[in-house]
Amino acid sequence: MSALIELEGAYEKVNKDPQFARDLTALQTEYAGRETPLTFCPNASRELGCKIYLKREDLVHGGSHKLNNTLGQALLAKQMGKKRLIAETGAGQHGVATAIVGAVLGMPVEVYMGEVDTRRQALNVFRMELMGAKVIPVKSGTRTLKDAINEALRDWVANVRDTYYLIGSVVGPHPYPLMVRDFQSVIGREAREQVMRKEGRLPDAVVACVGGGSNAIGIFHPFLADDVELIGVEAGGEGIETGKHSATLCAGDAGVLHGTLSYLLQDEYGQVLPTHSISAGLDYPGVGPEHAMLRDKHRVTYAAVNDPEVLDAFRFLSKTEGIIPALESAHAVAYVKQNADRFDKDDIVIINLSGRGDKDVAEVAAMKGGA
Amino acid sequence: MMGRIETAFAAAASKPAFIGFTVAGDPDTATCIRIARALIAGGTDILELGVPFSDPVADGPTIQKADERALAAGTTPDTVFEIAREIRKVSGVPIVFLTYYNIVYRRGIKRFYREAHDAGVDGILIADMPVEESEEVCAVAARCGIDPIFLITQTTTDDRIKKIAAKAHGYLYLVAVLGVTGVRDQVSEGAIDLLHRVRKHTKLPLALGFGISTPAHARTCARAGADGVIVGSAIVEIVERNLSDHDTMVLELQDYVQSMKRV
Repeated sequence: MSALIELEGAYEKVNKDPQFARDLTALQTEYAGRETPLTFCPNASRELGCKIYLKREDLVHGGSHKLNNTLGQALLAKQMGKKRLIAETGAGQHGVATAIVGAVLGMPVEVYMGEVDTRRQALNVFRMELMGAKVIPVKSGTRTLKDAINEALRDWVANVRDTYYLIGSVVGPHPYPLMVRDFQSVIGREAREQVMRKEGRLPDAVVACVGGGSNAIGIFHPFLADDVELIGVEAGGEGIETGKHSATLCAGDAGVLHGTLSYLLQDEYGQVLPTHSISAGLDYPGVGPEHAMLRDKHRVTYAAVNDPEVLDAFRFLSKTEGIIPALESAHAVAYVKQNADRFDKDDIVIINLSGRGDKDVAEVAAMKGGA
Repeated sequence: MMGRIETAFAAAASKPAFIGFTVAGDPDTATCIRIARALIAGGTDILELGVPFSDPVADGPTIQKADERALAAGTTPDTVFEIAREIRKVSGVPIVFLTYYNIVYRRGIKRFYREAHDAGVDGILIADMPVEESEEVCAVAARCGIDPIFLITQTTTDDRIKKIAAKAHGYLYLVAVLGVTGVRDQVSEGAIDLLHRVRKHTKLPLALGFGISTPAHARTCARAGADGVIVGSAIVEIVERNLSDHDTMVLELQDYVQSMKRV
């Protein structure tokens, strides 16, 4: 708790520091490659019968939106005088983004990753190690993302004086959900400006996948006050009725995990349930508390799509636009594809393409049916 | 009237009270009750029962595995209350639950505390509940006559120690290590410093836990003026080592507690 109070104070301080903002912007533009394009998709638009734009977070250095957050938090860690970064990772994208900032800012990095995920995402393990990070396979519990968070928390309490815990999503105790949202909101700020420039008006809908919910909150947040439909898409896995899914907002109840009151997939006694998704990055039984609030206020619509539709969308975007989406991001594409009849020809729909799919190609190829 | 916890510390007088922990339902309900009885027979002054949770972030691998064994055996809060009732039938030793917030929240705070009280439970520690979020729980605990017990760590500031001491009853659980539960080689200087620092702010009994496993550790704590020593992982390791022979398990447990009490 003392560590969180220290972190909250440090974050409030850098938030008011113009030099911190300048340093972060410089890294975002010169190193990470921001701003990312808002790409109009003529072929997908024709097929789906509405104007499809992709916010290209897949083009951020490292291959996903995760670097937006790790750059911000690592700069903060330096400011706080911390000597070592630890992180958890599911699909490996956040681990990779942490390894990147560790290398460029000169801080040692250790990444906790569920043993199951180290196998599913062997390529990302290799990338992290190439950049000098140590990957620690987590063998406790369900051996996936939530257990990696448990282990990272245990490491943090043991080494709190010199170690910074760099959480990768809008989950965990305050101030993490707030801080990660702030660092990811660059996605929505850019998208809002870009669509105004290109179309002269706001979009009709913004769609993003939701695991912990960082890319979604990042693109939603700057549109919250606007008359824009916001849709968060969760992992329906093998179907919500089968119990093998990660659709926390669609099928969970209020609960407390990792210091956050939010929706949670749990049994009647409050034990956290195992989750399933084709994409390791969405495989988390909780969800950011701000999403829980947005759901309860009916400001954001949350839906779920199942694994087969996700695979279908993965192939669809690859073939029609030459863009291979991460399986996580393919959930958002799948939702639009499934609900295309809801949109008119002139409707503008922005899909947050939170990551590129190279990391998933081997696993998809290994599945029955291949490409 | 003195509560059972207060009485236990008063009775231990010059020596630190021995507080023994085991996970409720590990490895199953019946064996757990035998384990608890062996701990009490060995001289345990206060019995701590862990209510198993799927994600015990404050615990090391030994206790997490015990939680997994208990959950695999089908342990629920109903089972845990049942275990407490069974122990209460044969012993007046104070019983303290250690749990995580979601277990209590899911059942309903009022219902959980009322049921705990009815089962003869004297205190409850919620490992992931900071004092800043404890108002509702403390109010319910007070109405049910259950002592709210809090953790204090080496990184807890004096300001927060004061806040915690103002809310806590029974005893304060001082975390002797930086980190999670599990057996360690020695009691750190940091733990002794913490004990002296907390003493300035409260008259509540102070018990040291996390990483304490040997009579030598207990002596160090006693010399430093601790009112209690808490042993968890070392007990759970004996359970784990003897899963195939419960008779040996309970004998070893009883001997172990006796050796810890002889300091």
